[in-house]
Amino acid sequence: MGRLFILFLLLGFATTSIHAQEIEVCKSCEVKTIQAAVDMAENGDVIRIKSGTYKEHDITIIDKSLTIIGEGLPVIDAEMEGTAISIRAENFSIEGLKIINVGRSHTNDFAGILVSNSKNFEVKNNRLDQVFFGILLERSSEGIISGNKVTSNAKDQATSGNGVHIWKSEKITVKNNEVIGLRDGIYLEFVNNSEIIDNLCKDNLRYGLHFMFSDNDLYKGNIFENNGAGVAVMYSKFIDMQDNQFRKNWGSASYGLLLKEINDSELKNNIFEDNTIAISADNTNRINYIENDFKNNGYAIRIRGAVYDNIFERNNFLYNSFDVAYTGRLNDNKFNNNYWSGYSGYDLDKDGIGDVPFRPVTLFSYLVNRTPEAIVLLRSMFIDMLDFSEKVSPIFTPADLIDEQPQMKRIQW
Amino acid sequence: MLKILKYSFYDLSRSRWSYVYFFFYLLLGVVLLFLNNDLSNAVITLMNVIIILVPLIGTIFGVMYFYNSREFTELLLAQPVRRSSIFLGQYLGVAISLSASLIFGLGLPFIIYGLFQSGAIWDFASLLISGVFLTFIFTAIAFNIALSHENKIKGFGLAILVWLFLAVVYDGLFLLSLVYFQDYPLDKFSLVASMLNPIDLSRILILLKLDISALLGYTGAVFKQFFGTGLGAFTSIVVLILWVIFPVWRIKRIAAKKDF
Repeated sequence: MGRLFILFLLLGFATTSIHAQEIEVCKSCEVKTIQAAVDMAENGDVIRIKSGTYKEHDITIIDKSLTIIGEGLPVIDAEMEGTAISIRAENFSIEGLKIINVGRSHTNDFAGILVSNSKNFEVKNNRLDQVFFGILLERSSEGIISGNKVTSNAKDQATSGNGVHIWKSEKITVKNNEVIGLRDGIYLEFVNNSEIIDNLCKDNLRYGLHFMFSDNDLYKGNIFENNGAGVAVMYSKFIDMQDNQFRKNWGSASYGLLLKEINDSELKNNIFEDNTIAISADNTNRINYIENDFKNNGYAIRIRGAVYDNIFERNNFLYNSFDVAYTGRLNDNKFNNNYWSGYSGYDLDKDGIGDVPFRPVTLFSYLVNRTPEAIVLLRSMFIDMLDFSEKVSPIFTPADLIDEQPQMKRIQW
Repeated sequence: MLKILKYSFYDLSRSRWSYVYFFFYLLLGVVLLFLNNDLSNAVITLMNVIIILVPLIGTIFGVMYFYNSREFTELLLAQPVRRSSIFLGQYLGVAISLSASLIFGLGLPFIIYGLFQSGAIWDFASLLISGVFLTFIFTAIAFNIALSHENKIKGFGLAILVWLFLAVVYDGLFLLSLVYFQDYPLDKFSLVASMLNPIDLSRILILLKLDISALLGYTGAVFKQFFGTGLGAFTSIVVLILWVIFPVWRIKRIAAKKDF
């Protein structure tokens, strides 16, 4: 009996030493700085940071699986010098911190939270303000970045960084974040099999979301508003774009969505509103545009060149200045079953489909593509007459670019 | 001259046509606001109407008035009144009453709708200013034509032709030259070409005021840079004033020499 008791006692000791230790950080605690807590901590420990301001920068965590929790939104002030926290580890999480005043540099990418060569981590519910780069991920995988709010006051592109910047990573989820006032809201380069969900990117200097060389990704339910140029998706394939809203990207060089060298992707249930150019497509193949709304844009779709096998089905084109702009006479894209607010045909058999095909490309948009200066004749009476005669008998615009079955009523999706 | 202006003005304000014109604009304003429910959209639609209809109505009304009041004019000529004041008085009478119909016809529904609380007030003001300028310009042109041609049919035909040229054909030639010379830098050319035609000039002045100007891209930026500066605004106003002064000066010259 006595032996058994001793055995239990020993076992009890063993488990407590294996069990995670908690380290508290506060001004009056034993441990006063976060770096000191990190240095003390072992694998699996929890560091609780109490509220207060910690003037620290370059806090480095290497190969320690820690759980860092901020209680009452403690502030880490990097005092404009370098990165606030940088991590290289597996199985860690950081939450509830407020990081401010990250240093700016032309040679180093200083960030609020820098994660490199890491795996299986979570960065959530942090607030980052006045940062250069917000959350920067390099060569990492299986991470979740959620509920963070990144704000800054980017003035020009050379001296500002990106909100969430991910480079060469895999299986990353970026969810429910807000990025306001940086250079690019969310930037992805060589990022595969990742998801960008329900984020808000607003008032960023360049793009709301910037996508380069990234395949098999999904972005869904995001709102991109009033950014320099909306969203750019370049050199990627198998991208799924759903339920996003592209709004108010208005200016002489603005798009809602810029597609360049994109293949085999799908756009579904997106809303494009008040953009100068809603979608600018250049060298994009096999893309399906299904059930999107284009409303009050300058151009709804501007097709540049080398665009083949795209299918536009069941979209609503509502009150755009130009529905489709096209270069050249060659067309290999299909427009079918869309609703066009400019359609003036009739439906005698009452099946909801117009009896006369619709031609979305006007002669004027064709001319403007060839001679951009001709845009000064916008809304001139001569142009209206020209468009009308071209509609009756097309000579310059692609003759086969027609919607054979234009819908009579706005499509509800 | 003021007396004759007053007579012409009273004569016109009793005439049916001024009221037709006034009610037409009133109806247009009400319908547009009722259908659009949005001030700035209504301004865009109105622009299309103003740059086409205002010149047309100014032209036709001017020619018609001149031919119709010929007997009255001859009676006046027998009196000890200066010729220039007779014709200028008549011209101003027509132009002012047309402008008044335009301003009140469009202004009333917009004011009732709440223009003063809206940011669109400057767009609307530029719309009305362009409209008034176009009325003065095209009425003067109409008087010129009517003075030079005794034959009414010829006069009417020519007046319509001039309107057609400035409203439609000019843009066609403009577009043709843009397409033909597309290998050359065309910003300066298009700037000058659109300044020379009062209809194009007012169209662009209004367009640049609206959101839609972002659509104009690079060319638009060049235009905006020019028209946005004091120099640009000054130049465009001077061009519009010159378009009024030149035909008026010609009315005076022809009227002084003409044998009735």
